[in-house]
Amino acid sequence: MHIHALDGYRPAPSFIHSLDARAKLVTAILFIIATALTPDGAWPAYILLATLTLGVILASQLGIGFVQRRAAMALPFALAAVTVIFSTPGRAVWAIELWRKELAITGAGLIRFASILLKSWLSVQMAVVLTGTTRFPALLQAMRSLGLPQILVSIIGFTYRYIFVIADEALRLMRARAARSGTVSRSAGGGSLLWRAQVTGGMAGSLFLRSIERSERIYDAMVARGYDGEVRSLRSPVLGPRDVLTVLPFVLALVAAQVLARVQW
Amino acid sequence: MLASHVLPSPTPLHIPDGFLSLGVSLTCWLLAAIGVGVALRQNRQVLGGRQVPLMGVLAAFIFAAQMLNFTVAGGTSGHLIGGALAAVLLGPWAGILTMTTVVAIQALLFQDGGLLVMGANITNMAIISTLVGYGVYRGVQLIAGERRWGLYVGGFAAAWASVVISAVAASIELAFSGTSPLSVALPAMAGVHALIGIGEGLITAGALAFVATARRDLLEPSRAPAGGLSWAAVGLALAVAVTLLAPLASPHPDGLERVAEDQGFLAAAEGAPYEIFPDYVLPGLPNEALATIAAGILGALIVAGVAFGVARLRRQVAPQPADD
Repeated sequence: MHIHALDGYRPAPSFIHSLDARAKLVTAILFIIATALTPDGAWPAYILLATLTLGVILASQLGIGFVQRRAAMALPFALAAVTVIFSTPGRAVWAIELWRKELAITGAGLIRFASILLKSWLSVQMAVVLTGTTRFPALLQAMRSLGLPQILVSIIGFTYRYIFVIADEALRLMRARAARSGTVSRSAGGGSLLWRAQVTGGMAGSLFLRSIERSERIYDAMVARGYDGEVRSLRSPVLGPRDVLTVLPFVLALVAAQVLARVQW
Repeated sequence: MLASHVLPSPTPLHIPDGFLSLGVSLTCWLLAAIGVGVALRQNRQVLGGRQVPLMGVLAAFIFAAQMLNFTVAGGTSGHLIGGALAAVLLGPWAGILTMTTVVAIQALLFQDGGLLVMGANITNMAIISTLVGYGVYRGVQLIAGERRWGLYVGGFAAAWASVVISAVAASIELAFSGTSPLSVALPAMAGVHALIGIGEGLITAGALAFVATARRDLLEPSRAPAGGLSWAAVGLALAVAVTLLAPLASPHPDGLERVAEDQGFLAAAEGAPYEIFPDYVLPGLPNEALATIAAGILGALIVAGVAFGVARLRRQVAPQPADD
């Protein structure tokens, strides 16, 4: 399996791609915090935030379709919030009968539900743009300079390096299982549920042993090349004026959104 | 290979951004930072320089293991989440680090779970899930002694409990954020994950059986950290603590019933046909919050009692140690 099959990074000659990873990471996190702080139903503020998002997506040249496809990942979770339309106290706008119980949909509940969905949608789009325009190692290095412990950065970096290797092992295990499992169409095949779960468990156990043995070989290879338990990395270059000049107006726009949300109309 | 075939289906446990309030998100980040910090320190003492490659590759393993699925029925399939398996195979500290890495990569690379709420996802899926899973496993091991069934029963119970308790924790966070009332979120999340937990438990037990056959040395009790009783106590205490938090998340009469009261059709609402604890409240206790807590603890004790009884029964059926 090739690394690009899963990686969210999409190369493009855009302005956003060329920005410093730290600047992008800080901006994205500030955007998500600002979105979380925006009160329910503050539509002017949401319109401003959505405009910012759209502007960033267009500037990133990732394509609206690409961003929306990846943003759909968070969609199923909307189910968890759907109950607020019934549970928020307020004036009932509509009542439905469910399991012989009457449920009232309130106006305040609808506003709360729409706000939660908007917050989630805007935040995830910004995260997609961040990972779509930043190479993963650069993103990790940016997290390092924001205070994530070096050891955690190294572990995550290792995982990123080996996900695709171990995933290939898993795919080979699954291919082997499929090759040995003839099934008649329309039948479940492969014995009882318990038996199928046990086979899958055996595959997981086998994969674990292969992984742990691989990690021992990797460690030996690292020691042979002079690894002493300390991970060293190059220092990142200082932030250029271009990065600061891009982040500042964006942050000002976020502050403006907060003011807009709290002004009494 | 298409990404859609490879990506594990999103479990309802990965909370996206926007669903938790800023206060809850930051509190969870604090909890996550403490847990991961302790795990890093403890782990470094055990593993030293091996820590980085071992944890990194094993997090990749959990990822790949989540791809392994099996048909349950009618087009649905079960797959592994891995928290308890990591805890049992690697010990609690390495388990926490491995699962933290998995959660971080899921959020950073696949947008499965948010950035601001990553602290909450780490707390649920890396810290609570690992500690509860490990505590349950060590607890069963204490009862089972050296017997082989302790591995299967312990692995299954650890996986089931870790999945369900992290789902309960997620529903509490959602309730504190005002996203989903606890009276709906808790039974829904706990119910769905009680089913998911069965698949998780079966695969975990199967994986442990394989490792026990192929590399017995990796599961030797001498490799496990000392203090089985205290680990069991930590797991139980954490499970009880999560249960105790539940009533605090909704101090006022819960929203669904209040709307019903406002509308004046509460009288029309019908009770469930069977209810051991009506409204999760024990009769006779004056304070409603106190009564809810008591009902929660009683429920946990009943479940623990049933598990213990089954384990004792199993011990009487197979008194001799396994010969392999």
